[in-house]
Amino acid sequence: MELSKKNAKIWSRMGPRATYGLAMLDLIEKNDKVYALSADLGASSGLTRLMTESKDHYINVGIAEQNLIGVAAGLAKEGLIPFASSFAPFISHRCEDQVRMNLGYMHLNVKIVALGSGISMSILGNSHYGLMDVAVMNAIPGVVILSPSDCAQLVLCIEAAANYTGPVYIRMTGEPSMPRVYEEEFPFEIGRANQLREGDDILIIATGSMVYSALKAADILSEKNIEANVVDMHTLKPIDKSVLSNKYKMLVTVEEHSIIGGLASIINSEIVKMGYKGKVINIALPDDFLIAGTYKYMLEKYGLTADAIAERILDVGI
Amino acid sequence: MNMSVEAKNVRKRILDMAYYSGVSTHLGGALSIVDILTVLYRDVLNYDFSNPTWEKRDRFILSKGHCVMSLFAIFVENGLISEDEIQSYMKDGSLFSSHPIMNLAHGIECSSGSLGQGISLALGIAKAAKLKKEDFKVYTLVGNGECNEGSVWEAFMLAGQWKLDNFTIIIDNNGLQSDGDSANIIDLSNLTTKLSGFGFEIIEVDGHNEDELRKAYNVDFNGKSKIIIANTIKGKGISFMENNNEWHHNRLIKEKYDCALSEL
Repeated sequence: MELSKKNAKIWSRMGPRATYGLAMLDLIEKNDKVYALSADLGASSGLTRLMTESKDHYINVGIAEQNLIGVAAGLAKEGLIPFASSFAPFISHRCEDQVRMNLGYMHLNVKIVALGSGISMSILGNSHYGLMDVAVMNAIPGVVILSPSDCAQLVLCIEAAANYTGPVYIRMTGEPSMPRVYEEEFPFEIGRANQLREGDDILIIATGSMVYSALKAADILSEKNIEANVVDMHTLKPIDKSVLSNKYKMLVTVEEHSIIGGLASIINSEIVKMGYKGKVINIALPDDFLIAGTYKYMLEKYGLTADAIAERILDVGI
Repeated sequence: MNMSVEAKNVRKRILDMAYYSGVSTHLGGALSIVDILTVLYRDVLNYDFSNPTWEKRDRFILSKGHCVMSLFAIFVENGLISEDEIQSYMKDGSLFSSHPIMNLAHGIECSSGSLGQGISLALGIAKAAKLKKEDFKVYTLVGNGECNEGSVWEAFMLAGQWKLDNFTIIIDNNGLQSDGDSANIIDLSNLTTKLSGFGFEIIEVDGHNEDELRKAYNVDFNGKSKIIIANTIKGKGISFMENNNEWHHNRLIKEKYDCALSEL
């Protein structure tokens, strides 16, 4: 999987799920210990090609997420590297106890791939939204949580997860034809946030699909003479505290997740510990079940567009 | 039926552990699985007690983790856990606690205690053996009460589908569970009938008859996974504990301890 401007464009057009499928094909070619597991959502996971071309490395356990995690844990226990994918709420909430016991307590080397998290399942609604998955996963000791901001970074996440020994939860947000944050070579290290824009007035920490919107919001703010430092917090656990500083007059978190238990909660608890003195704005989904709608409509309705982010910041003012 | 010396010694060891812990333990279930485990570890598993991390060993996954006292007792009897080490059983900070904590050096393959998860894990291990073309076999033990958990049936369905001929599920069918008689809660007295359509080789045995158990373990897989339904008596071997659910989780006081020991 060569990282190039051309590929970044192609992957972005394909969207996160198809990119995941492509990354897995590549991974399995390089490492025969890697297996793709699914609870009957192989095609929805972008694995259609893999299911025929690498069918010996595809395992469908049926519509049974608890068993999916247990079986994946058994494979991991014997030295294989299972990637288990399903829609975010099913592979976090439905099987939470299996994750707690196998990935947490026994620290088994299972990679969970949470598809369509946040509100990217659009019109399918609350049953399929990943509104609280980070809250649940973050509470389980020892599970790394990755939240890629675009498809190119997703490819690096998949590779990094395979090379890392230990449980990983990969949270996908965004949809086909999602915007690109990264065009060419860029660094990716688990637990080390990427600074994408320099600015001394405010610090915007964004994750997943919201990184691109945060960058666009920073451009709007710049026109109003507010310079934002924008950080892509692609790893939610362990969190990179080194980006936090008292030099900023304002700190903003932006995420496609409930206001409870996600990036906002994680960062807020850190800034309390460091005694941050500036203003704080948490931009997130409400602590509520939502109505259903297209992705674009939902992002607008819940204030997760670049314009809405900039407006919130300007309303509070530095 | 005559209880073997080994099974008797394991039961004595369980009574010692329960009594000296000074706290409530899961005596009933631990006693009901003694013969199942005694035969498994003595006559069936390809297992070296002096080398518990040996890669080619057969694997045993205890799904009904609350009965781990029985497993500890077998490991002490075979030198895998020392007499000194087991003194810490149920003491603050001990590795040997009410529910198993994964510890391969002491023979404990996995952490468990949250019911309904061991079959899935064991099935994954058995699948891995096939994928890696390794010859070891995988055994897991679940309780009849544990079979109330939906995840157990998820695993039954997949194991029936996969038909791995290196995989054996043993069901400790003692007819009781935490709140009492299973027949009044979720009646699984006809487990063989219930499971007959799942695609397993099913053998139903007296779970305290070592000959029957040995034969069941040795029955050919016939190209399928195997389920051994072991009909047992909770509290087996101690008259006042047998089929008495007060001993599901209870403290063994001196008088009862002496009385129980005198029966073995």
